[in-house]
Amino acid sequence: MSSQRSYAQRRRMGAIALLSGPMAWWGVVLLTPYVIMFMISFYSRQFPLHIPDFQFGNYGILFTDPQYYIVLLRSLKIAAFVSILAFLISYPLTYYLVFKVKSSRVRLMLYVATIIPLWVSYLLRAYTWKTILGSEGILNSLLMWIGITDEPVTFFLYNQTAMVITMAYIFTPFMVMPLFATLEKIPRSLIEGSKDLGVGPYRTFLKITLPLSVPGILAGFTFTFCLAAGDFISPILVGGPYSNMIANVVATQFGMAMNWPLGSAIAVVILIIVVAILTISDRFERVGRLNLG
Amino acid sequence: MTAISTETGAARRVEPRRFRFDIGSPTTTRRALAIAAGVALAYLWAPIVCLILFSFNSNSITKLPLTGWTLDWYAMALSNERLMDAVLNSLIVASFAVVICMVIGIPTALALDRYDFPGKTAFRRMVVLPYVLPGLITGVAMLSFFSMVGVQLSLLTVIIGHGTALTGIVVTNVFARLQRFDRRIEEASADLGAKPFQTFWYVTFPNIRGAVIGSSLIAFTLSFDEIPVTFFLTGRDNTLPMYIWSTIRRGMTPEINAIGSIIIVVSVVLLFVSVFIMADDGPNKRLKK
Repeated sequence: MSSQRSYAQRRRMGAIALLSGPMAWWGVVLLTPYVIMFMISFYSRQFPLHIPDFQFGNYGILFTDPQYYIVLLRSLKIAAFVSILAFLISYPLTYYLVFKVKSSRVRLMLYVATIIPLWVSYLLRAYTWKTILGSEGILNSLLMWIGITDEPVTFFLYNQTAMVITMAYIFTPFMVMPLFATLEKIPRSLIEGSKDLGVGPYRTFLKITLPLSVPGILAGFTFTFCLAAGDFISPILVGGPYSNMIANVVATQFGMAMNWPLGSAIAVVILIIVVAILTISDRFERVGRLNLG
Repeated sequence: MTAISTETGAARRVEPRRFRFDIGSPTTTRRALAIAAGVALAYLWAPIVCLILFSFNSNSITKLPLTGWTLDWYAMALSNERLMDAVLNSLIVASFAVVICMVIGIPTALALDRYDFPGKTAFRRMVVLPYVLPGLITGVAMLSFFSMVGVQLSLLTVIIGHGTALTGIVVTNVFARLQRFDRRIEEASADLGAKPFQTFWYVTFPNIRGAVIGSSLIAFTLSFDEIPVTFFLTGRDNTLPMYIWSTIRRGMTPEINAIGSIIIVVSVVLLFVSVFIMADDGPNKRLKK
């Protein structure tokens, strides 16, 4: 009995020894900044910066001034389009890799090939789309070279479509990764069993493969949606006048506008939205897993 | 390809009519899938091909037709002192950030795997939060923190920012590896008289080494490319992405394409190394079976 207790005590001491360092670190550099940001979101703005206060004005502005809530809604809309486009690109690709490519070596190579773009500088990936879509860009010069148009087409760049294309391009690997992991885990025996029972390939896909890939789809949507909703670089590079995203507003408030309280309030709202999305997708994913048995 | 055709042939021999009819549509599906996959890969690779292609093109404007082959942009990039300073700064930041990721991430993963403590779920969520949260939020939160504490922005604040934002990657990977690790080996080691640290070093660590190295390499490359956190935390010294950002806004030359191409090659090599190492003990073992 006593030896058991000492084992438990040793375990607890081990836990404390192991945890204290990281806990202190996380407390100082992670929790504290979030708390400070939360505090500042209630401050009042006053020249040159802001003064401690407790008022909800900053949140009020966000939900009453159309300048802000329209941008917030637009960000959510664009993020949704980005996720959908990324999904439409990723699912057939991943499905092909997992179920149609016979050699596991080729599959791994192709998988890595879809992930590699993630390792190319984010800025350069966004910028390259600017050089592709621009009026003096690759696409236009190609079209003029071939002779399809005489004048450069200007509607490729500086609009929301360009933004969706660019961001979907940048974030597609984040959709492919969870999809690949999930599709790979689907037991082949279920699909073969379905075939043996005379169910056609399409029904097998709809009844077995697709439902079983829901966790991956959810994870992919969560990643791409949150990343796209929080991006402020692509909008500046390829977005036009009506492409300001909520993250741009935050960046501006912390930059030129020097309104940290408002910026913090918006950041807190983004944080809440993201955490809500994560919690919901986590719950759905768990439900899906339970159905699997 | 030959494997596929013999299979269909075998199937046909067994049940000629019905199967041929059934197989007809799956081949169309297979073709459609192959095309869709090809389009997706083209979408993913076309911009990178453009980037590399135009790093060798003599025209300073990135447009077709190609005007001629040159290495000038590479020479210009490599002799551009501010650019090279930025590369050096990025290397410094990424190296120190990775050290933070390991020193903080491994114990955190071990603690999450082994011990129950109050607020564990919240803690786990918090640790991965900066990794899933838009980098901008971590950036402005840390900016508020540093300004409130009165710390001057510098490469150090960038390093701390990256360390905080990226440790989640090491934690998740090492944690996932630990969950699949058979704890009885550790118990055996302890029973045989090994001290806790010896057990860790000789038994536990070799088993998570792949995850540690692989996720560190990922953290390194992500730090090397990080913008949203750096944007808010950098002082006078520029990291490479911040330097590129400033030149892009002034109008960019293929010099940036050149340095970008170099980074792609280095990253791809690093990536293959990390995949190779991760496969050592990682999830790819299942794949091979």
